[in-house]
Amino acid sequence: MITAVELGLIYAIMALGVYLTFRILDFPDLTVDGSFTTGAAVAAVGIINGMPPIAATLLAFFAGMAAGIVTGLLHTKGKINGLLAGILTMIALYSINLRIMGKANLPLLREETLVTPLKEAGLLGTGLSVATFLLVALAIKFLLDWFLHTDTGLAMQATGDNEEMIRSLGVSTDNQKILGLALSNGLVALCGGLIAQYQGFADIGMGIGIIVAGLASVIIGQAIFGHRLILIATLAVVLGSVLYRVVIQLALQAGLQPNDMKLISAVLVVVALVLPQWSGFRKLAARLKPAAPAEKETVA
Amino acid sequence: MLDLSNITKTFFPGTVNERKALRGVDLHLAPGEFVTVIGSNGAGKSTILNMVSGKLRPDTGSVVIDGTDVTRLADFQRAKYIGRVFQDPMAGTAPTMSIEQNMAMALERGKRRGLALGVTAAKRERFTEELKSLELGLERRLKAKVGLLSGGQRQALSLLMATFSGPKILLLDEHTAALDPQRAALVSRLTAELVERHHLTTLMVTHNMEQALTLGTRLVMMHDGRIILDLDQERKSQMTVADLLHEFEKIKGAQLDDRTMLQ
Repeated sequence: MITAVELGLIYAIMALGVYLTFRILDFPDLTVDGSFTTGAAVAAVGIINGMPPIAATLLAFFAGMAAGIVTGLLHTKGKINGLLAGILTMIALYSINLRIMGKANLPLLREETLVTPLKEAGLLGTGLSVATFLLVALAIKFLLDWFLHTDTGLAMQATGDNEEMIRSLGVSTDNQKILGLALSNGLVALCGGLIAQYQGFADIGMGIGIIVAGLASVIIGQAIFGHRLILIATLAVVLGSVLYRVVIQLALQAGLQPNDMKLISAVLVVVALVLPQWSGFRKLAARLKPAAPAEKETVA
Repeated sequence: MLDLSNITKTFFPGTVNERKALRGVDLHLAPGEFVTVIGSNGAGKSTILNMVSGKLRPDTGSVVIDGTDVTRLADFQRAKYIGRVFQDPMAGTAPTMSIEQNMAMALERGKRRGLALGVTAAKRERFTEELKSLELGLERRLKAKVGLLSGGQRQALSLLMATFSGPKILLLDEHTAALDPQRAALVSRLTAELVERHHLTTLMVTHNMEQALTLGTRLVMMHDGRIILDLDQERKSQMTVADLLHEFEKIKGAQLDDRTMLQ
């Protein structure tokens, strides 16, 4: 179970990236299935070729940014539908990832990685490693919080909220979307790089369906912990990611097989999307949280 | 301050739907002038406004703001010169963001946005002062999401956001049309106050002849893509709604006569 929490905290970085596009820019970005693997591939190849692990991980971040910029350009300058732009980049990245890795699976078994110190001290799976990963996830959460409250960040929020308004205030919404997609995929690739180091290998298939895990974390987290303020919304994403991994772990312990994971993920997202619309659930939620005002109904 | 010269615009050229929206419009606004534009549907009022804002580009002619030719600039590139209030009260603000965040974005209109904190204590103080002038109590709700405000409150906030950062041109696009009479009167009053206070060169489109006569220093009537009447403050002040309607019928009638003659 502690492993699930650890994984959840690492994947939270990816979920924060998904939050940035899905919630802030209102852009469902499928690039992440490709850019996650790109991050893993770049970090793994960098480490194998003797780069310091921290540099290889940073390089993964920049590789993800490049992927996000491609999707952004396809969507804004090429006027391609957002979903399709993401799918095109994702498919193209499959070949690129194979080129980077040279083969479908790259083991990192005897390499020095960012996780090695924890592993050698025998701390993996203990409270101390959980605390370490929590610190990393929170650091990135607070960076994202800070960014979204800068002048540029406010413009990015408004781009997802009211495009015509922020254009009339002199902001190029195209540039904001490209920047948002770059940052988002940067975080996703950074997460891919960390996961590769955590599990000791990079695999060409490790990104498949990762968008669903990301969406599940965002949607479940925000359904349970709320999203009235950015600070709360991002915390909800981190907690949602942990919760998601714990639920998957419980399902596996209950007898489901690892091969069923994608099905479980998809069902989880559907439940998280449909349940809040069901009136019985809303009544229950209202009874549990009497202080929370019904925001939508007061909109005049 | 604002010079529109020989502006023409044809929508769907070369098709059966071809429509000449503007047939050579010249309009020049002196600094501080407040022009109200009236005219029937399809007269070209909104098209003129969109030419200034950059949402549309003219087929021929030029748009010059304070000596700078902006004809070829996209809307967001010329935004630093222009404050704008839309007809839809929902259009001028970001609903999921707070009042102070919306104002912070408006304060940065047309500037290069960096990584400085959007809302600071100093800015918050300024926003409080500005909001007090609206007398709607919004200064006590700086952190409230704008989506929670009523249409009238949102439009008043849009107006404040469009004016307080000192644009060279203020564009008002039937900005009271979607409000109930009481709210419309409030927003009209605020418009007069804010334009006066900031000495703004203003172009306002309206359907409401009463409003066109009470607000502003000059009145322009459009019909069929042309300016057909241009009244300065003195002549405007002597006009009534009935006079305006009469003028309109006269000019429209004359044109119809021309057409029947040709047939």
